[in-house]
Amino acid sequence: MADTLNRVQRIIVDRLGVDASEVTPEAAVKDDLGADSLDVMDLILELEDEFSMEISDEQAEKINTVGDIVNYIESRS
Amino acid sequence: MTKLMSGKNVVVMGVANDRSIAWGVAKSLHTAGANLIFTYRKERSYRKLCDLFSKFEIKPLHILRCDVSDDESIKNTFVEIKQIAGSIHGLVHSIAYAEKDDLQGEYFDTSRPGYLLAHSISSYSLIAVAREAQKIMTHGGSIVTQSYIGAERFVENYNVMGPAKAALEANVRYLADNLGKYNIRVNAVSSGPIRTLLAKGTAGMNGLLRTRAEKAPLRRNVDQNEVGDATLFLLSSLSRGITGEVLHVDAGYHIR
Repeated sequence: MADTLNRVQRIIVDRLGVDASEVTPEAAVKDDLGADSLDVMDLILELEDEFSMEISDEQAEKINTVGDIVNYIESRS
Repeated sequence: MTKLMSGKNVVVMGVANDRSIAWGVAKSLHTAGANLIFTYRKERSYRKLCDLFSKFEIKPLHILRCDVSDDESIKNTFVEIKQIAGSIHGLVHSIAYAEKDDLQGEYFDTSRPGYLLAHSISSYSLIAVAREAQKIMTHGGSIVTQSYIGAERFVENYNVMGPAKAALEANVRYLADNLGKYNIRVNAVSSGPIRTLLAKGTAGMNGLLRTRAEKAPLRRNVDQNEVGDATLFLLSSLSRGITGEVLHVDAGYHIR
């Protein structure tokens, strides 16, 4: 769990240019971290590569917080 | 050592991030020794570009903003490029846009504004850019745009981008004849599906990549670097006898 969170955090820091301390499980990707729809798609691409998995379009639309991403990845592995 | 593109000034339009096809082209051009000029539309792309320059140790000749939906912006862009570079030898047009809603669902639901927007940004922009670019291609030159097989035949969910790319490929042929008398060549690369930001906006991208990799003669997909090298070929003197062509860089999928 912690490992997944760390990897997700690293990707978000790298792609969104935010500070690591902001990327908490509760942080909303769009509202708190300032991602727009293109950023979200960019993140999905990176996450799919990092975790060698596919995130469906429907699933992608359900993602709100950093914790949602971690939970989804954990549920699939 | 003189490289393939040494002393050549090339304008690259359409880098949004490191996944962009245009970035694959930029890397190939850089390796071949070209002087690079980049245009971007969004601030976010500008920031990504600056990050990429430091990461890959690329020193561009110039970076400037250009909105291809605005003819005045295009005109100003090339006036500024002339001031910086004098003349240019190559232009990479790697720009497309459609609303997400128009890249899924019923094709007959394509709205008139959505249709016109896709054509304006993805197809007309090549004409507008070529018009300004030819003024500073004083020693001849090469223009290369990026297309997709959805221009030639039906591709699930590609929807409005299909006719937009078909129009783009027709523009390549008409511009090739028009600009041939100025020794300017115009060609397109039709690449296989690549995981870019725009492609991700098309519904069912992952499934498409899987089936393509199974069916293509090379049994795999292509990446930005392969498209970059093929585009470099079309920009270089190696392809001096080629114009009006659509070159498939798709692991052979188009023969099926």
